[in-house]
Parts: sequence; C-alpha cells; structure tokens
Amino acid sequence: MANKTAESISREEFFYGHKACAGCGGSLAVRAALKVLGPNAVSVLPAGCMSAVGFNFPQLCFSNNSIISTFAGTASMLTGVEAGLRARGIKEFTAVGFAGDGGTADIGIQALSGAIDRNDNIIYICYDNEAYMNTGIQKSGLTPFGAKTTTTPAGSNIHGNIRPKKNMFEIAAAHDIPYAATASVGYISDFIQKVQKASQIQGTKYIHVIAPCPTGWGVAPDETVDIAKEVVDCGLWYLAEYENGEFRLNHKPKEFTSVEAYLKKQGRFKHLTDDDIRIITASRDKKWEYIGKNFAL
Amino acid sequence: MRPYIREKKSFTFDEVPENTSFEAGYLTTVNSGWRSIRPVVNTQKCVGCEQCYLYCPDGVISVKDGKAAIDYDFCKGCGICAKICRIGAIEMEAERK
Ligand SMILES: Cc1ncc(C[n+]2csc(CCOP(=O)(O)OP(=O)(O)O)c2C)c(N)n1
Ligand code: SF4
Ligand code: SF4
Ligand code: SF4
Ligand SMILES: [Mg+2]
Repeated sequence: MANKTAESISREEFFYGHKACAGCGGSLAVRAALKVLGPNAVSVLPAGCMSAVGFNFPQLCFSNNSIISTFAGTASMLTGVEAGLRARGIKEFTAVGFAGDGGTADIGIQALSGAIDRNDNIIYICYDNEAYMNTGIQKSGLTPFGAKTTTTPAGSNIHGNIRPKKNMFEIAAAHDIPYAATASVGYISDFIQKVQKASQIQGTKYIHVIAPCPTGWGVAPDETVDIAKEVVDCGLWYLAEYENGEFRLNHKPKEFTSVEAYLKKQGRFKHLTDDDIRIITASRDKKWEYIGKNFAL
Repeated sequence: MRPYIREKKSFTFDEVPENTSFEAGYLTTVNSGWRSIRPVVNTQKCVGCEQCYLYCPDGVISVKDGKAAIDYDFCKGCGICAKICRIGAIEMEAERK
C-alpha cells in the first residue's frame, strides 16, 4: 500500500533517540521537517525543549549538522549559518531553525523580524506548544486565553491567562515575507507539503506549527495527534498560507466540532466556566469572519 | 539507515573535545526503560499503510516487507501509533520486565 506522503520524504531518521517526553508534539514536528530537508539541513535550535532533549552530551540525537543558539538568536544564527556556508561555496544545504513559541513570539521576535527584513534565505519553524515548557510551563505570548500555566494560575477571580494568543503567522506575513504558513502536527501531510514548498522558495520562510505538549497541556501522551487535529477541527486554529501578498485558507472545516469538548479534555482548561467558553467561541467566530473576508480559499 | 547505539566512550581529559562540537547522531543510551506499555503489531492485520510511521514522534517505526516494525530500543510507549492505526493492527500491552 503506497503512502504518497511517506514516499515523498527521506526514509532516514535525523532526530532519533531524543529525550522528549513520550508523545511530544514538538519532536514530531522536528522529525518530520528534517525528513523533508534531508542530510544537508543545518538546524539551529535555541534554548527550549527541542534543544534540551536533542543535545545531551555525548548523546547527540541530530544526525544532520545542528547547533544550539542563544534563546533570542535563532534567526540571527540562521542568517550567519546561511551566509557562512554560501561564502565557502557550499550550495546544497538548507538553514532551518526550530524555535518554541516563547523563543519565537517573545524573545526571538526581533531577530526573526530582522532576518525577514533582510530576506535571508532560511526556513524558520516555530513549534508552538503554547507555553515555555522546558522551564516548567510559564505563559508566553502564544499561550491562549484561559490557559492555566504556573505564571497564569486559575483562581476564583482570574481564570488562567487573561490575554489572547498573539497572531505570529500574520505578524510574519505583515513583513511581506515570501512564504508563511500555519500547520498542525495533527495534519502531518499538510505540514510536510508546506516544508517541501518552503524549501523550494528563495528568501525567508516562516512556518508556524501547532505541536501539543502532553505534559503541559494535561493530556495523555497518546492524545497528542488527536488534540492537534481537534484544535483545527473546532476552529481554534486554521491551516493557511501567505504567498505573493495573499492569504489562502487550505482547509475549511464543514462544521466546527465543539470548542468546549476540545478545551475540557485538557488539564490546562479544566477550570473554565461556561462564560469563559462563550468568550473563546465568540473570538473564534470573529476570527473566521475575518478569514472569510480576507483569505482566498 | 537510522542512527544506531554505540559503545559508550570512556573519556579521559585529553579526549574531551576542546570546543563544544561533537559527532552528529551519536547515541549512547536507549529509551526503552521509559515504557510501561509497549505497542505490538499484529502482522496479520497490518496493511503497511505507513500512517503509524509518519506520526511516531520518535521515528522508531519502519515498514519492512509491507508490515510495521518497531525499534523497541527507542520506542517510549506513547501509544500514538495504536490510536493512529485505523484498522487496529497495533495493540498496547503491559511491559513485562
Ligand atoms: C536568555 C535566556 N532566558 C531564559 C532562559 C531559560 N529558558 C530555557 S528554555 C526556556 C523555555 C522555552 O520556551 P519555548 O521557546 O516556548 O520552548 P519550549 O521549551 O516550550 O519547547 C527558558 C525560559 C534561557 N535559556 N536563556
Ligand atoms: S515538556 Fe512538552 S514540549 Fe517539552 S519535551 Fe515534554 S512533551 Fe515535549
Ligand atoms: S497504521 Fe496500522 S496498518 Fe498502517 S502500517 Fe501502521 S500498523 Fe500497519
Ligand atoms: S508507542 Fe509511540 S514511540 Fe512507540 S512506536 Fe508507537 S508512536 Fe512510536
Ligand atoms: Mg513552548
């Protein structure tokens, strides 16, 4: 039985033996992307789970060239890697970054913005697990409204995070970047196709992939893929691309599944009241109204 | 080919790298001890569709001769493969020590 997606990527594994928690969505994103980019990928990882679980000297789980950057400097190190290899006359390589949500939307945003502004020929992948997981679940700019983290606890007055999730995809697009996309590890073929597409485009590419963290989200390890599908199916996340100055929606759920069901499955949202869920549902509907007006299908 | 487990080097001071770079894909420890349950493939049922291979976060499934095969040295027993397999060809069983 031929699997088209499986046939389109390398049979080799480039992220193997890593120490991520069982069922880690971030590790699935890194693994899948490297199977697209192959042995000539040079990956840059800032502080965060994927560097912490990949580089445990002498256990080095990347079998392509990989390096840890400063927390804020993923994109600037990618710039340097790309310029350095080019200066040495090397042609067959891809400089790719894998940074978390904190490393992207908060601390690394200026380096990323600078790289997009220079249009450096790099792929930047943000694996979004919606909090600073490696240091024990603190809120980031990409933590969604209502989520409980150690810095946004749920009490009787305040029910977790009071701020909405930053829109990093549209922030990247607003630079007029050659290519930006959203994805989810629950739709792995879509993600793989986007990495393939990004690897063929000259200039800066940004891919934002939702990558659930069973540890921080409070779900069982075998729920990762299902919950990453469900966040798309209930409309709280969407699969889209930005190219040639236009937004395009890749997948329109015929009917949304229940937002409440999605939220209540997860420990981080257990405390939410019916009112909180109404707020979240209303913001979803507002977002989809915007998508309907501004995104091509 | 996938990375493989090597003999653990015993380092003396002059063998420790001077800078912080080291050989890529150098594995010295397995992850099998993390498991409390293990995926078992029913080769009668498996149709080799490779969905489990695509979704395994640890990349430990390969399809050989049309059947899923698991590298138990590195499988963590997360159970994602068993949920992904639509025809129920993978079952999670208690790990026997
Ligand atoms: C400059 C700096 N500040 C803080 C830290 C501590 N730190 C290491 S990993 C991490 C969390 C990273 O979160 P995120 O980028 O979302 O990645 P995740 O761990 O969730 O994969 C933090 C705060 C650091 N290494 N460097
Ligand atoms: S804490 Fe979360 S993101 Fe970090 S390794 Fe574990 S599952 Fe992955
Ligand atoms: S998903 Fe099921 S049928 Fe498909 S290869 Fe895996 S075990 Fe076999
Ligand atoms: S249990 Fe998890 S780690 Fe083991 S083969 Fe299945 S998906 Fe991979
Ligand atoms: Mg994070």
